[in-house]
Amino acid sequence: MRHKTFFWFILPSLAAMILFIALPLVSVVIQSLHIEHEQVIVTTENCGPFGCTEESSVDTEATAALRAEQPLGRFAGLTTYFDRGHLATAEVAEAWRSRDGLGGFFSALYNLPFYKALAFTLTYTFLVTPLVIVLGLMIALGVNRLTPVLKGPTIFVSLLPMIITPLIGSLILFWMIDAQGVIGKTLQWLFDDPDLSLKASPVLTWITLMVYGVWSSAPFAFVVFYAGLQTVNSDSIEAAMIDGATRWQRIRYVVIPHLTPLVVFISLIQLMDNFRVFEPIVGFSAQANATSLSYIIFADMRSDITRFNSAAATSVLTVIGVAILLSPVLVRTWRDFKGKAA
Amino acid sequence: MSSIANRSSRSVIIFSSVFVLLWVVIASFPFIWTLWGSFKVQADFFSKADWRNALWGTRTMIEAGGTFTGAGYEGAWIQEEFWRAAINTMIVVFFTVVISLTFGTLGGYALARSGHNYAFWLLMIALVFRAMPHITLVSGYLLPFFEWNLWGHLPTSIIVLVAINQPFTLWMLHSFFLNIPKDLDESAKVDGCTQFQAFRHVIIPVMWPGVITTGLFSFLLAYNDFAVTAMLLSEENRTMVPAIAGFLGSTLEEGNVMFAVAAVVSATAPLFVLVMFFQRQIVSGLTAGAVKG
Repeated sequence: MRHKTFFWFILPSLAAMILFIALPLVSVVIQSLHIEHEQVIVTTENCGPFGCTEESSVDTEATAALRAEQPLGRFAGLTTYFDRGHLATAEVAEAWRSRDGLGGFFSALYNLPFYKALAFTLTYTFLVTPLVIVLGLMIALGVNRLTPVLKGPTIFVSLLPMIITPLIGSLILFWMIDAQGVIGKTLQWLFDDPDLSLKASPVLTWITLMVYGVWSSAPFAFVVFYAGLQTVNSDSIEAAMIDGATRWQRIRYVVIPHLTPLVVFISLIQLMDNFRVFEPIVGFSAQANATSLSYIIFADMRSDITRFNSAAATSVLTVIGVAILLSPVLVRTWRDFKGKAA
Repeated sequence: MSSIANRSSRSVIIFSSVFVLLWVVIASFPFIWTLWGSFKVQADFFSKADWRNALWGTRTMIEAGGTFTGAGYEGAWIQEEFWRAAINTMIVVFFTVVISLTFGTLGGYALARSGHNYAFWLLMIALVFRAMPHITLVSGYLLPFFEWNLWGHLPTSIIVLVAINQPFTLWMLHSFFLNIPKDLDESAKVDGCTQFQAFRHVIIPVMWPGVITTGLFSFLLAYNDFAVTAMLLSEENRTMVPAIAGFLGSTLEEGNVMFAVAAVVSATAPLFVLVMFFQRQIVSGLTAGAVKG
């Protein structure tokens, strides 16, 4: 295809991506380097019988006018990145100096909003992803053994947790795990503890969110694995059987190696999707016990005074996180590409 | 698989059947329970006294005079005007899908037929864009949109969703077009067609299966979105998902939770229908990415 033709074909798509994905990233960087204008202070001199006193007051009108005129604020360099709401370098250094063992240091770190969100985001990403893969594989192996009549309905039901709107899915579960909901009641009865509430403790909230994450993403892994199982070479399975392999050994040495490329694919998609975990926290109203990077950006934009610079700085840090997460894949693709070219 | 490969011990069969059954229950029970409960009153849905009240509708009988009540639906659709949100959702989803597919087929076709290095790099960039959390992009839009008075309107959200959707659409359609033999459009070009004419007369008639599959996923993205629509739409232009989130803000009054429950069930229904009719396409779409990616 000629360059010019290619250009015209790709133009609409490319323009949309540049305008609404690339430029917003630039906009986020610019916003993060600015900070809202300080309040305009006017000093008036009051002279009375006992001499003159200077009084300063906030000129609300002038402040509002200035902020409306330059909504971006004034240039602040990297200060937002290092303030208490983000990397909090001063607080971290202080916590390190006055640390009380490594545990004490981490709990001090956990009190800072950015690190709290980062802790949950990373834990969620790196626990949910492998669990999704394992559960998805188990369901796929199970469904593959079913009689053909049952396969269709089972796949239909299995797809539901995945296609459901994340916010709606988490709300449905949220109502069920409520202390008065059906799952909440059942758990109280099981553990014989009438005050048990999944919303109360941070640990239980984290577990609930991760269970939701596995529930909603396992179908994706299941479908991909299930399709992969249809293409397993039956000759190699039979050969393995003749060599005396047990069922488990057949899975371990024939089926799983066949599915490895799919594991890479699922992990890649799941890492990307789990890293931006957001809707479940809104749906489960879990922000007191668990926040994610996406959630704190949302909270900054939703607060009474929109903190553009703070949201933007967190966004930039999140994008850096995504880049680090993707770097192994990108490096590998780059090598493959180089290898092909050479 | 052949018959011997499938023969295995009874305990394995029992274990795997029980496991699948358990999964089916876990996957479907929340939906069945919520659908059932949406026709009850709050005192039954959240059973303070006894969870079995939800089954028999004890309180519903007392408060509404029947075992089932449509009060939640009435409250959500009529009193809270959920139908407005439903119409907005229809508009947003329809235009997002149509525009994404138009842009995506052109772009995906070009990427599949180019063979130059930059096509590979564009796909890599699209992969990176695919990984961007939507909320970080939204934080980039918010200030400029306020300034240029673009904030709050449906078209703004539509074009933003189209753009966010592009990386995925491009990947999917690109791998789909790779499967259409190159000879088809090559021979049309030999006969004197331009590239666009070849696309128009030869490729478009055979591309529909791939386009429908991709369209389903574009639909899901637009329909399920919360981050973009919640932040970029004004109150009267809200779509269903942010509207449901809005119900929760005002659910302190007794009974309003049931509005949200009814709205949730209403918003889930189209997705059920979608899976029912397009199960095959959804499965093949999820697999297409894996096999080629």
